[in-house]
Amino acid sequence: MNTEAIKAIYTAEMRRTRNTLLQSIASPVLSTCLYFIVFGSAIGSRIESVGGVSYGAFIVPGLMMLSLLTQSISNASFGIFFPKFTGTVYEVLSAPVSFFEVIVGYVGAATTKSLIIGVIILITASFFVDLRIEHPFWMLAFLLMTCVAFSLFGFIIGLWADNFEKLQLVPLLIITPLVFLGGTFYSIDMLPPLWQKISLFNPLLYLISGFRWSFYEVADVNVVLSLTMTAGFLLACLLVVWYMFKTGYKLKQ
Amino acid sequence: MSETKPAHNRAPIVKIRGLTKTYGNGHSALKDVNLDIHEGEILAVLGPNGAGKTTLISIICGLVNATGGSVTVGGYDHVKQYRQSRELIGLVPQELALGAFELVENTVALSRGLFGKPRNPEFVNSLLDKLSLVDKADSPVNRLSGGMKRRVLIAKALSHEPRVLFLDEPTAGVDVELRKDMWAVIDELRADGVTIILTTHYIEEAEAIADRVGVINDGEILVIDDKQALMDKLGKKQLVIELRESIASIPAPLEHYSLQLNSAGDALTFTYDVRAERTGITQLLNAVQSAGLGLKDLSTSQSSLEDIFVNLVAADS
Ligand SMILES: Nc1ncnc2c1ncn2[C@@H]1O[C@H](COP(=O)(O)OP(=O)(O)O)[C@@H](O)[C@H]1O
Ligand SMILES: [Mg+2]
Repeated sequence: MNTEAIKAIYTAEMRRTRNTLLQSIASPVLSTCLYFIVFGSAIGSRIESVGGVSYGAFIVPGLMMLSLLTQSISNASFGIFFPKFTGTVYEVLSAPVSFFEVIVGYVGAATTKSLIIGVIILITASFFVDLRIEHPFWMLAFLLMTCVAFSLFGFIIGLWADNFEKLQLVPLLIITPLVFLGGTFYSIDMLPPLWQKISLFNPLLYLISGFRWSFYEVADVNVVLSLTMTAGFLLACLLVVWYMFKTGYKLKQ
Repeated sequence: MSETKPAHNRAPIVKIRGLTKTYGNGHSALKDVNLDIHEGEILAVLGPNGAGKTTLISIICGLVNATGGSVTVGGYDHVKQYRQSRELIGLVPQELALGAFELVENTVALSRGLFGKPRNPEFVNSLLDKLSLVDKADSPVNRLSGGMKRRVLIAKALSHEPRVLFLDEPTAGVDVELRKDMWAVIDELRADGVTIILTTHYIEEAEAIADRVGVINDGEILVIDDKQALMDKLGKKQLVIELRESIASIPAPLEHYSLQLNSAGDALTFTYDVRAERTGITQLLNAVQSAGLGLKDLSTSQSSLEDIFVNLVAADS
C-alpha cells in the first residue's frame, strides 16, 4: 500500500480547497441562510407542521443534502477533471499507485470538504430553528455515505467529461432537479397519488428521507430501504470507477 | 561509475521486446520495437515528428497501453510489477503540463509522495538548488517562464530519486542558450549515475550529449549504436581534389572512379566508404597524375550525424 501517495494526493487536494476556502464555504452557507429566510421564516410560518415537525426544521436535512450533493460532485469532479485538462494527470498515471490509492486520496479530500460544509450548514441552521437529532449515529452514517458516494459520482463525471460544459451538465440538469423533487421541501404525502408513485423512482428521495428520519423519525420510505439504496449507490459508483481505471477509460490510449 | 565497466557489458536496465502499438484509429505507431538501454548511459532517440518517440516513452511509463510486446525496467515487468518498475522511473513529459496555482516546492513534494517516498524538504530543496530553482521555491508554477517550467518538471521527475530518467524533447522550442543550459543539467545528472533517455529531433543535440543514438522513423528503430561507431559505420568520407587548371569534363581514364566535377571545373569529389579495406585513394591519385591533371590541394571531410539521419529516414520512406 502506497500510503505516501494517498497522503500526497489528499494534502494537495486539501491545499487546493484552502485556496478557494471562502467561495467553497461561503456560498453554501449563504444559500442555506437564504432558504431559511424565504422558506423557513417567510413562507414556513404559514405552513402547518409536517408529521409534527415545524416546517423550518423539516427542511434542514433536505437543505443539507442539497449542498452536500452539489459540493461533493463539484469538488471531486473538478479534482480529477482539472489535471486531465492541464495534462498533469500524467503524473498520477505514471506513479506506482493503485486505483484504490488514487480514489482514497481524491475522494477522501472531496468527502472531507463536504463534511465540513455539512457541519457548517447544520450550525447555521441551528440559529434559525430548533434542531433535534434523534439518531446521531445514523445521521453521521448517512452523512458520510452520501459524501463518499457522491464524491465518487463526481469523480466519474470528472473522468468522463472532456470539456467544462459536460462537467456542469450532470449536476445542473440531473442532480439539482432530483434533489428538489426528492422531498427537500415537502413530504411526498403532500403530493397527488400519481406523483407520489413517480417520486418513488427518484433515488434521491430515499437518501433525503433516510437522512430526515435520523433527525426526526419521520420518513417517506422505510429507513432500511434508504440505507440499502444509499449503500448500493456507493458500491455502484465504486465499481464504475474501478472499471474506468482498469480499462484506462478516457485516461489511457 | 561508468569508468569501472563499459556500460554495455552489464544487464540492460530497460529491456524492450517486440513492442507494438496500434492506436484506436488504426494507426500503427510502433512496429516491433526491440531496445536495450544500459545503466548509466545517455541514449538519444532521434526521429522526426510522428516517428513514435512519445508513444514509446508513454508505454514504458504507463501512460499508454501497449498492443503487444514486453517491457522490463530493472528486471520488473512494467505492467505486472508496475509498482517496482515505476519506482525506478522519472518522466519529463513533452508538454509543459503543470497545475495553475501550485507552488514549486509543493508540486515537487507532491511528486515525491506519489512515488511512495516520505516527505523530505531538505532533499527537495537540494534538488531545487541543483536546478537553479531555489529562489522560485514559493512561486506559483504558472508565473514561471517556459525554461523554468521545464526545470520544475525535471525536479518533479527527480523528486523520488529515480534511476532512469526519460526526457521527451526537453529542448523543443527552447532557445539556444537554454538548450546549452539543459545539456549541462543532463550532464550533471549522468555524473550522478542516472540513466538518461532523451528524445529529440535536433541532430546536434544527439551529437552533443548522447553516448548512443537510436534513429526511429515511422514506428521502427532503423539503427542504434554508439554515437561514434554510428558515424564511422554509416558515415561517408569525401576527398576533394582541387585542380590547378579547370577542365571541361572528367578525362576518360578517370571515368570508372565515379568522381564528381564541380561547376567551375576545378575540383573533383571522390566519395568513399571509411570501413573499406582499400579505399582506392592511392590508385586514384596516381591516375589523376597520369591523366596529366595538376593538383593544387587535397582535403577530406566526414559526413555528420545529420547526413546519416537524413539518408536513413529518406531511404526508409
Ligand atoms: N492518441 C493518439 N491517437 C491516434 N494516433 C496517435 C495518438 N497519439 C499519437 N498518434 C500518432 O502516432 C504517431 C506517433 O506519435 P508520437 O509518438 O507522438 O510521435 P513523436 O513523439 O515521435 O512525434 C503519429 O503518427 C501520431 O499522429
Ligand atoms: Mg513526441
